[in-house]
Amino acid sequence: MDVRIPTPLRSYTGDRPHVEADGETVADLLADLDRQFPGLRFRVVDEQGRLRPHMKVFVGEDAVRDLATPIPPETEVTLMQALSGGC
Amino acid sequence: MTTVATVAAPPTLFVGTRKGAWILSADDGRGRWSVDGPHFLGHVVQHAVLDPRDGRTLLLAMRTGHLGPTVMRSTDAGRTWTEASRPPAFRTGDRLERSLRAVFWLTPGHADEPGAWYAGGSPQGLFRTEDGGDTWAPVDGWNDHPEWETWSEYPEENTPDGSMLHSVLVDPRDAAHLYLGLSGGGVFESTDAGGDWAPLNAGCRADFFPDPFPEFGHDPHTVRLHPLRPDRLYQQNHCGIYRMERPEGRWERIGDNMPAEVGDIGFPVELHPRDPDTAWVFPMDGTDVWPRTSPDGRPAAYVTRDAGQTWERQDQGLPETAWFTVKRQAMTTDGSDPVGVYFGTTSGELWASVDEGTSWSPILEHLPEIYSVECGSLADA
Repeated sequence: MDVRIPTPLRSYTGDRPHVEADGETVADLLADLDRQFPGLRFRVVDEQGRLRPHMKVFVGEDAVRDLATPIPPETEVTLMQALSGGC
Repeated sequence: MTTVATVAAPPTLFVGTRKGAWILSADDGRGRWSVDGPHFLGHVVQHAVLDPRDGRTLLLAMRTGHLGPTVMRSTDAGRTWTEASRPPAFRTGDRLERSLRAVFWLTPGHADEPGAWYAGGSPQGLFRTEDGGDTWAPVDGWNDHPEWETWSEYPEENTPDGSMLHSVLVDPRDAAHLYLGLSGGGVFESTDAGGDWAPLNAGCRADFFPDPFPEFGHDPHTVRLHPLRPDRLYQQNHCGIYRMERPEGRWERIGDNMPAEVGDIGFPVELHPRDPDTAWVFPMDGTDVWPRTSPDGRPAAYVTRDAGQTWERQDQGLPETAWFTVKRQAMTTDGSDPVGVYFGTTSGELWASVDEGTSWSPILEHLPEIYSVECGSLADA
């Protein structure tokens, strides 16, 4: 499936804004992304398996925080970084 | 750092800022500096440290916007970088479900343990690598110590920028003898390579408790161990400047000898690499709501050359009035003769003295907020 990569994570994907990855769930997908692009998963999920604050995962149009969320076939997944206060 | 005693070549400064890292290399006279940077523009670089054991391995403690903590590594003076393949982190399934928010502090390990480093975090975890920073593991003896929740600020954090573990010190005579500082929490010591720990705060004040002399809970800002006299520790604390002579283990408030109108509050304390009696501090205003700027807006370093019995003001060349802060990692010394002293400010200025603090000159301006300044000597310099 197609995964959209936000700019802060493109140093891991060789500047590619879209990559292909597989997974029946968000957790599986992140694991596959990490196999292809080592280190990427830990930028999205902390060591306790929680999405980092301000990091968002959309399965299709739906924002999800449960990594066990299934991903229907042919669904685009978008990783995004929420905007937050400037500093 | 405790790592500058053997620096002989022109010094190199490693500057960590809120928006990236810079590397400055001096000529022989330390009058001209070449500037390399920014590295990792836009990323928080809390600490940038060169390994004094090889003069090549450079580690950055990074916190990258919303992307969490990591460590970047270079073995060619910053020309190329690789990310740690296993950055510092608490264990998955950790009993407290802790996750690391920032890598705050880096300390190269003992000279007999090449490749070993320690990292201090926020929350106040301790981590160790044995392969030059590529893979890190929690130091379980600290992170899972039965008293960790009692000693640490967790889950409540009272330190303004979050609690942190800093000032990891390695006794040059014994790799198993370690110290660390917690803001807040106090100073702690291990004699078994981090397996067990004990508070080391006797004599040190903690004015923010009903009992100002508790066993722990203090707020050390920086702790230093003199590499040539490892039984001597200096501490700049939230509640004064202290010195300790081991093995006795009692802090003496040498800041009482500072001018009363200046006080003895600050963030850094830095040591002369060859003279254990000489140390520098950069006092700040710890009155009222703690502005943390120079007292009365008049920036100055203070030096003692007699282990804290007397202090001398050093402000020649510094602005008459300024309102910056010098953070705990943002002051350092080199190994030259006379010793160079350097500090960076929250207003993005980097200052140098090549005459042991007698006079100061700006060597770089208009940087982002400076978090850390460390000195080293590159092997191929």
